[in-house]
Amino acid sequence: MRSDGKQSAPFALKAAAGLGLAFMHLPIALIFVYAFTTEDKSYQWPPPGFTLKWLEVTWNRPDVWDALKLSLQVATISTVIAMVLGTLCAAAVSRTKFFGRETISLLVILPIALPGIITGIALRSAFSIADIPFSIWTIILGHATFCVVVVYNNAVARFRRTSGSLVEASMDLGANSFQTFRHVILPNIGTALLAGGMLAFALSFDEVIVTTFTAGQQSTLPIWMLEELVRPRQRPVTNVVAMVVVLVTVLPILAAYYLTRDGDQVAGSGK
Amino acid sequence: MTTAVSFSRVSRHFGAVRAVDDVDLSIAEGEFFAMLGPSGSGKTTCLRLIAGFEQPTSGHIEIFGTKVENVPPYRRNVNTVFQDYALFPHMNIIDNVAYGLMIQGMGKAERHKAANEALELVALPGYGDRRPGQLSGGQRQRVALARALVNKPRVLLLDEPLGALDLKLREQMQDELKTLQRKLGITFVFVTHDQGEALSMADRVAVFNDGKIQQVGSPQDIYQRPQSRFVADFVGSSNVLEPDFVKQLTGKATYASLRPEAIRFVQSDGHAATVTGSSYLGGTTRVGLALGDMRINALIAADQVVPQNGAAVQISWQESELHLMEDAQ
Repeated sequence: MRSDGKQSAPFALKAAAGLGLAFMHLPIALIFVYAFTTEDKSYQWPPPGFTLKWLEVTWNRPDVWDALKLSLQVATISTVIAMVLGTLCAAAVSRTKFFGRETISLLVILPIALPGIITGIALRSAFSIADIPFSIWTIILGHATFCVVVVYNNAVARFRRTSGSLVEASMDLGANSFQTFRHVILPNIGTALLAGGMLAFALSFDEVIVTTFTAGQQSTLPIWMLEELVRPRQRPVTNVVAMVVVLVTVLPILAAYYLTRDGDQVAGSGK
Repeated sequence: MTTAVSFSRVSRHFGAVRAVDDVDLSIAEGEFFAMLGPSGSGKTTCLRLIAGFEQPTSGHIEIFGTKVENVPPYRRNVNTVFQDYALFPHMNIIDNVAYGLMIQGMGKAERHKAANEALELVALPGYGDRRPGQLSGGQRQRVALARALVNKPRVLLLDEPLGALDLKLREQMQDELKTLQRKLGITFVFVTHDQGEALSMADRVAVFNDGKIQQVGSPQDIYQRPQSRFVADFVGSSNVLEPDFVKQLTGKATYASLRPEAIRFVQSDGHAATVTGSSYLGGTTRVGLALGDMRINALIAADQVVPQNGAAVQISWQESELHLMEDAQ
């Protein structure tokens, strides 16, 4: 059997690929299934019955709402910080040459290469030395360290593909720096920024390790889930929340993927 | 005659590199001025100094009598056609051309009308809706030209604008640029490393080397009366004759230039030379000759008989063709 002139893979290979994918994704499907089980103490398979009552229970739990609100606040503010700082840094590194440029580039990227636990411990001890009380702001600072990286990486790649003479051309045609940024730079890096921002948001929204070290009494949504797993009461509530987390983080990542894919074609046609 | 651009003792140093070194220059209004030189000779830096992308390390630049040291590029009545065209990839052609007018705050209908006129001027009517990526190199070049001209600059700067085009297109654009410049009467300052281009298009040519101007003059001056060995060699590949040899002919021990096409092969009473090689160039044939210790080139018409490699020949030229050069380096 041939299709499009390419030979079809043997059955065994197809089966292996299918099994691999199933291994990765079935557990996630299980999370969704358990959100509707009637049994609330242990994860029993098969579920004895299905119900929608956990949706309502979750809806009425104030601790869930508090955690969700905190997570959204943290993710939003750290993303905004990351977008401003990441873009400025990317512009500096890709547009100009200065002493220590490569070092700065490395130092900016480092937080995402470092294990989260190192970043977490480092920040925690730094905060206590500086006598900064733990609050939502310490969480935001912790998240911003790695959010900056994704924005920076996206922006730097796009800056490098955008011809430097575009900025000069704009100035030459009478536009000052602000007009050049608005009419030339922003449209050219916009999709990369949006993609970077969405990735940053998703990263922040499901972050656990750095948050454990930089949070005081508050719980972000992932921290709250971790705590819930320990006590066997109303367990399916955790699954309902997990579903929400999956939706909130997967959608931006998908959107970011499509945005940068289209953006490449636009930016590539310039030269 | 009004002076459009003038440099007085302008230098631009990048660290230890003297990209432009103590240059004096005066470009008249309405002139088609070429800056010619090998890469790294400072010609492009001079252009960028006029545009305002670079600031002089020392010296003064005036554009129509105004000192421009502290005037940013966006306040100079000067526009540039960039080497890579630098068209905005996210805009269609009409918005690219109308960009300068949009920045000035002109209304959409009015600026699109002006942009369409500019596109007609460069023979690209009806291309407004396309994207830069959909155009050929030559077409993008015309759009870049229209985008600069629509602002009615007093000086138009062109940075190797024909460098990326193939030979035939380049010759066509040379003619068009020249016609356009005559028609608009705008001062064109044109940077190129192609001596043929500079000679055929410009009213005056400045030859750059090592950040300095070697010679400024009309194309005829530069070609027929080079003042230095560099100019003789770079423009028109003139033969440079050694002082010892020149002394025998003229009594003066100085370098002299002799253009390859001035050399004739004669039967007798010439200088004895040996043929070292020949290359067929289409309309002409270049013959390599050993004249004493010197290696020189002669250009002969294609219909003439090309002497054999290694043949002993006699060559001659009219005395007026030999041009003595002031500098004896």
